[in-house]
Amino acid sequence: MTNVSPNPADEPKSAAARLFDIRLLIGALFTLYGVMLTVAGFFTSDAQRAKASNININLWLGIGMLILGLLFLLWQRLNPLRIEPSADDARPPNPGGH
Amino acid sequence: MLRLDVNVFDYVILAIYFILVVGIGVMARRAIATSEDFLLSGRSLPAWVTGLAFISANLGAIEILGMAANGAQYGLSTVHFYWIGAVPAMIFLGVVMMPFYYGSRVRSVPEFLLRRFNRETHLFNALSFALAAVLTAGVNLYALALVINALIGWPIWVSVLLSALFVLAYILLGGLSGAIYNEVLQFFVIIAGLIPLVIIGLHEVGGYSGLKEKVSHTALGPNSFDTWGGTNVGHWTNPLGDWIGIVMGLGFVLSFGYWTTNFAEVQRALSAKDLSAAQRTPLIGSFPKIFIPVLTIIPGLIALVLIPNLGKDKNVTYNDAIPLLMNRFLPNGALGIALAGLLAAFMAGMAANVSSFNTVFTYDIWQTYIVKGRRDGYYLKVGRVVTVVGIVIGIGTAFIASGYSNIMNYIQLLFSFFNAPLFATFIIAMFWRRSTPWAGLYGLIAGTLGAGVMHFAGYHIAYFYPGGVFDPTHGKINAQMLNFYGAITAFVADVVVTVVVSLVTKPKPVSELGGLVWGIPDPKAPDPHTVAKPAWWNSPKLLGGTSLGIVIVLSLIFN
Repeated sequence: MTNVSPNPADEPKSAAARLFDIRLLIGALFTLYGVMLTVAGFFTSDAQRAKASNININLWLGIGMLILGLLFLLWQRLNPLRIEPSADDARPPNPGGH
Repeated sequence: MLRLDVNVFDYVILAIYFILVVGIGVMARRAIATSEDFLLSGRSLPAWVTGLAFISANLGAIEILGMAANGAQYGLSTVHFYWIGAVPAMIFLGVVMMPFYYGSRVRSVPEFLLRRFNRETHLFNALSFALAAVLTAGVNLYALALVINALIGWPIWVSVLLSALFVLAYILLGGLSGAIYNEVLQFFVIIAGLIPLVIIGLHEVGGYSGLKEKVSHTALGPNSFDTWGGTNVGHWTNPLGDWIGIVMGLGFVLSFGYWTTNFAEVQRALSAKDLSAAQRTPLIGSFPKIFIPVLTIIPGLIALVLIPNLGKDKNVTYNDAIPLLMNRFLPNGALGIALAGLLAAFMAGMAANVSSFNTVFTYDIWQTYIVKGRRDGYYLKVGRVVTVVGIVIGIGTAFIASGYSNIMNYIQLLFSFFNAPLFATFIIAMFWRRSTPWAGLYGLIAGTLGAGVMHFAGYHIAYFYPGGVFDPTHGKINAQMLNFYGAITAFVADVVVTVVVSLVTKPKPVSELGGLVWGIPDPKAPDPHTVAKPAWWNSPKLLGGTSLGIVIVLSLIFN
């Protein structure tokens, strides 16, 4: 941003580093949906099951979504998000804080 | 039309989803301090996020329902829209063009034209893009309202206002990050919603071979699984016309034009955290693109087999293929997921257009021509106001579309003429340093006119009618094929005029072209030795080559 604005010191700095990690939300939503559908799978009526070509689709979809949700949470745990400052404001590291 | 059997369980699933949609906007708000944070996510996102958003911005519900309809209407030839009609262009964008876009630090596609050519070319492109984007947003909104009205019975105006309000909330609060994060979430939900249709449907018809066997007894006939059958030039019988139209028109001009110059797509890559992530954005997106036909074309064909009179009765049109299957197969629960995915996909179609419109309007029109040189905080405010204005215009468009659907069709046709020549101008701009500022403008105008002229002339050419038999009512014309040939015309007209005008006008000095044209390095670019090299598995060439290899193998299997 150095040569764009007349007085760079006055311009606010990017707050992009404060962005949350979407994997948390995907993981939470899919885990919740997964549990809801899996439980529903045990209570799906015969009529509803017959509709789905005799596949207990709520159960299978629920298990699938649960696994995906847990995988996202695990991925987020193992490799947390680090948003580095973009190349534009690459300047000597400032130990005073960010 | 059908009414879905939605119960409380489905509504709970929908409610959870929509709370999260707004929640993403609320939580992304704290990451916005500058106009670039709001309009370009502060260029901070990892490649897998931008890559999935790249594909999701295109995976709107109109696309999903439309491709299922094409599957039922044209058979497996519809894969041309995915394989030859998307993947090569996405690879080209990532491997070849992204260094010019991301490396030159432009903030939008029109801004590239401003730096490379002149203000006239820039304004022509920025205005036509901004207009097309808000109108497309409105068309998506209207299509969403139609589907909600049919499936769960809400009045059109309620769904128009309600869904516009949701999109407004998450873009106004979260900016592009809000839009992109919602696109990533939507990607997984729509896939979770569509997979059950494919599994149950294939089980019902006896697997893929059973489907093939049963489709051969329908109106589509036994050739419906030959994707390249009947594409001979001179006497085509394929529903998409001859191979020149498919390869050059769809695969080259239209596809490259859409994927490499449409800012709603390129913007996702510009929001990536570095050049390597920007390059990988379309490449990562190309892998799901290869396999999405399983979730759209296959349900279309299943519906053709299982739903009596599909496409022949006004109440069961081809576009209803997926909702009809949802109604027939899905128990409450799975139905709620599929409905959430479908509604999210409609909103994504609108949000992608609104979030690219506000960027082009703020940077390319307001900051460049109307109010220049203010502080960044001012343009952040402008961006927010423009977002609201864009959505209000979208709502207006939706209401106009509900009264005069023909007008909307003509307007969309008109904008397709503006899009057709874009790739020609960009490819010459990036690879021929001699092409001049005025050639940019006149090339685009010539290409736009070429597409328009071909469109109207084509109706009088017998070759575009099945069997080469002219139909005076024009009803039987192969509109897809004419569309492909119109694109070829636009490309040729643009190239010819760009070259001729370049030869008689003055080029820009090389010193102003650094980083914008092949072979002229950017003096401000960081020294390549100081930039960390990405790991070998993140190499754009490797990712692009793998994706292209999969497409070639699949094309050989399903020829």
